[in-house]
Amino acid sequence: MSDPRSRLGVPRWILLPALLGAGFVLLPLVAIVARTPWGRFGELLTSQASQDALWLSLRTATASTLLCLVLGVPMALVLARSSYRLLGVVRSLVLLPLVLPPVVGGIALLYTFGRRGLLGQTMEVLGIQVAFSTAAVVLAQTFVALPFLVVSLEGALRTAGERYEAVAATLGARPTTVLRRVTLPLVLPGLVSGTVLAFARALGEFGATITFAGSLQGRTRTLPLEIYLRRETDAEGAVALSLVLVVVAVLVIGVAGQRRSAL
Amino acid sequence: MRRTAAALVAVTALLLTGCSGAADDPGDVLTVYAASSLTAPFTELGGQFEAEHPGVTVRFSFAGSSDLVAQLQEGAPADVFASADQATMDKLTADDLAASAPVPFATNTLEIVVPADNPAGIRSLADLESTEVRLVVCAPEVPCGAAAQRLAERAGVTLTPVSEEQKVTDVLAKVSSGEADAGLVYVTDVRAAGDAVRGIEVPEAGSVVNVYPIAPVTTAVDPSLAQEFVDLVVSDAGQRVLSRAGFGPPDATSGDSG
Amino acid sequence: MSLELTASVGDRGVDVALEVADGETLAVLGPNGAGKSTLLDVVAGLLRPDRGRVVLDGRALTDVGDGRDVMVPAYERSVGLLAQDPLLFPHLDVRGNVTFGPRSRRTPRREARAVADRWLGDLELTDLADRRPAQLSGGQRQRVALARALAADPRVLLLDEPMAALDVAVRPALRQTLRHVLADRTAVVVTHDVLDALLLADRVVVVEGGVVVERGPTTEVLTQPRSGFAAEIAGLNLVSGAWRDDALETEEGLRIVGEPAEAAPAPGEAAVAVFPPSAVSVFLTAPGGSPRNAVDVTITSVEPQAGHLRVRGGGLSADVTPRSVAELGLAPGVRAVFVVKATEVTVYPRS
Repeated sequence: MSDPRSRLGVPRWILLPALLGAGFVLLPLVAIVARTPWGRFGELLTSQASQDALWLSLRTATASTLLCLVLGVPMALVLARSSYRLLGVVRSLVLLPLVLPPVVGGIALLYTFGRRGLLGQTMEVLGIQVAFSTAAVVLAQTFVALPFLVVSLEGALRTAGERYEAVAATLGARPTTVLRRVTLPLVLPGLVSGTVLAFARALGEFGATITFAGSLQGRTRTLPLEIYLRRETDAEGAVALSLVLVVVAVLVIGVAGQRRSAL
Repeated sequence: MRRTAAALVAVTALLLTGCSGAADDPGDVLTVYAASSLTAPFTELGGQFEAEHPGVTVRFSFAGSSDLVAQLQEGAPADVFASADQATMDKLTADDLAASAPVPFATNTLEIVVPADNPAGIRSLADLESTEVRLVVCAPEVPCGAAAQRLAERAGVTLTPVSEEQKVTDVLAKVSSGEADAGLVYVTDVRAAGDAVRGIEVPEAGSVVNVYPIAPVTTAVDPSLAQEFVDLVVSDAGQRVLSRAGFGPPDATSGDSG
Repeated sequence: MSLELTASVGDRGVDVALEVADGETLAVLGPNGAGKSTLLDVVAGLLRPDRGRVVLDGRALTDVGDGRDVMVPAYERSVGLLAQDPLLFPHLDVRGNVTFGPRSRRTPRREARAVADRWLGDLELTDLADRRPAQLSGGQRQRVALARALAADPRVLLLDEPMAALDVAVRPALRQTLRHVLADRTAVVVTHDVLDALLLADRVVVVEGGVVVERGPTTEVLTQPRSGFAAEIAGLNLVSGAWRDDALETEEGLRIVGEPAEAAPAPGEAAVAVFPPSAVSVFLTAPGGSPRNAVDVTITSVEPQAGHLRVRGGGLSADVTPRSVAELGLAPGVRAVFVVKATEVTVYPRS
C-alpha cells in the first residue's frame, strides 16, 4: 500500500486539475482576506448600516429557513413517497429556482405578490402589502432556498427507503406516528444539511431580493445588498462586510459537514 | 480518458480566445466606457464616428459610473471614459488615469416618474411627502440618489421612500410595474423608459444639475483617436444627439455638480 | 379457520389461496421470485392485490375486486412481520425498539416498558436492552426484531426468510427460539430452507411461478414431493418416531441411530431423523461389519435424477449410480437393504 495511486484509487495526473480547481475556489477567498482593511475593520462592522444589514440578514434568513421547513418537509415527503405519474414534472418545476437566475425569480415574485400581480391584487384588497417589506425579503429568500431543502431531504428519504416505515406500520404505528418516530429521525442528517444549505442560500440571496423587495436600511437591505451598495462609495467597507459573509458561510458549511460525518 | 481531457482543454481554450479574438481582429478599435444613462445617444454617436473614420470600430461598455471607474483603476483597457457625475470622474483624475482635463459635455436634471396612469395622482414634489405614496429613489450612495437628496433639501420637502435602489433602472422597473407610485430619476431616464411611465417636471430641479464630464484615458491605444471621439461628443452634432435624448447643454449648470 | 387468504397480483404473476388454522404455523416454500413475499405483503396490508381477500378471525382485512373495496390499513391489522433484514430502528436502543409497538398503540409508558422487558427476558436480551442496533451482532438483531414484533401482540406473525441473512453458525439458536415462540401461534413462515419448514411448520404449501403447486402436512410434502421444487429441495429421508435409548424408534420398531441436533430430544419425546438420499447405500444383502442403520426394503421405483438414479423403497430414497443399478439389478419389486452411517443422520426433536 505504499503506492499512493492504489490508495487514492485515482490516476495521479487527476491531481493537477483537481488542485487547479481547489485553487480557483480558494484563491479569491484569500484575496478577500488580503484586501480587508483590518485597521478599520471594527469601525466598519460596527457602523449602524452594517449592523442593521447583518441583523436583518440573520433575522430574514432564519425566518425563511423556518418557512422552508414548514413547506419543504411536506413537499419532500410527497415527492419521495408518492407514485403519482405527473410527480416527475411537478418535481422539475418545483426545483426550477435551483437553476433559475435569482433576478428572474425576483421578477416572477413581483408579478405574483406585487401590487398588480396575480395574488397581489387580492392581497392589496385584503390590506396585505408585501412589496418593499421585510416579508418580501423572506419570500424572496424562501423562493430560492426552498429547493435546496427539498432536494436534500428527498434524497435522504429515498435512500432511507420505505421498509422501516412498513415495519413500523405492522407494529401498529399510525402514519403520523411513523413520520414523527421513524421517518424524520431516520432522515435527520439529510434534514439538518438541507436546512443548513437553505439557511446559507437565504443568507446569500441577492438578485431576487433587490428585484422584488427593494432596498431600505433596516427593512429590506440585507447584507449582500449592503455590500453591493457600499461598493459605490466605500470599496474597503464592502470588502470587510464580504468577509463577514464568508465567515458566516464557512461556519454554516462547517456545522453541516460535522453533522453529516457525525451521523 | 487522457485524450478526452486534452480535448476539453483545447475546446475551452478555443472558446475563450474566440470571444476576445474576434473583436480585436479588424483594424482599430476605440473602447468607450460610458455611464448607463448615455446608452442611446452614445450608441448613435458611435455610429457617426465609425462612418467618419472608416476601419475604426467603436466598442462601448455601458454601466454604472462607479463600476466603470473601479474597472479602470484595476487596469481595464479603455480609450475614453464618460461619467455621469464629477465626483466619479475625480476618482479617475486622482489616479492620474485621465489623459487630459475632463470636459463637461452634458447636464441632466431630475424629474418625477410615475406609472403611465399615475394612480396616486402625483403633480409636484410636495405630493411625494405623503406616506400614502410609495416613493422609490436611488440610494444616497449613488449619484442619482445624492441628487434626489439635495433636491429634497433645496425644495424643503421630506421624502420617506419605501426603497432606496442601487440603480436608476431599478427605480424605473418598480415604477413601470406599478409597484411604486412614484420615483425620482433623470429626465433622460424617463425619456428612455418609453410609454410605461410618465415624467412630471419639477420646477425646483434646476437647482440640482448633474454635470457629465468626459476624458480620454491614459491607457488609450491611439490617443488622437480618443481625443477625436471626445471632440465629437462636445461638437454641435454631438450636442444635438444628446439634446434629443433629454440632456441639457453643459453650461446649464448652476454651479452645483453631483 | 383463523386466517384465509386469496390474492391475485397481476404484475407479479401471483394467484394464490391458502388458509392457516388458529395456532397453526404454515410454511410457504418456493424458489426465489415465486411470489412468497408478495403473499406476506398482502396479508400485512402493505400491498393491495388486484383482487383478493384476507380474512382474520372472520373480519375482512382486505377485500378488493368485483366492486368491493376493503383495505384495513397495516397499523390496524394486528399482523406482525419479521423480515430477512431485522430493520431495527437505528435511532432507538434495543428497549426503545421493543417498546415501539405497545407505545404506538397508546399503551402507557410504564406498561409498555413492562411488556418490552418481559419479551426481552423471554428472548434472553435483557443484557442488551440499552444497546444500539449498530452494537449488536446479526443474530442478536434478528432476535430483537422478533421481540419487537411479539411485543406488539400480533394475532398473526409473518416471517419472511427470517434466517436467510444470518451466519449459518447462529441459525440453530434462533431456530430454537422460533420453535418455542411459534408453538401455539398462528404464523406464516416463508422460507426455502427445508429445515425451517420441518422444524417450525405444521403444514407446508409450495408456491411456484405464483401459484400453489402443492400443500399438505410438512412431513408428507417433504418425503413425497410431487412438485419440482419440493423434490429439488426436499426429497430428504425423514423418519418419524420417538427418542428412546439414544436412537429414534419408529412405531414399527425400526431403530435409527444418528447425531442429535443442537438440542437433543428428551427420552420418549417425538423426534425425526433426517438424512439425504445421497448418504444411503444400497445392497442386496446386509453387508458385513454390522452397520447400525440397515433397513430392509422392497424397491418401489427407480427414477433418473440429475447425474444419478433415485431408488425408492420403504418410504426412503437412495441416490445410486446407474452402474450400481445395473450391477445389482435394482428394479421395482426387488428386495434390498438401505444402509446409512449414523454420522449422516441428524435427529431433531418434534414437539
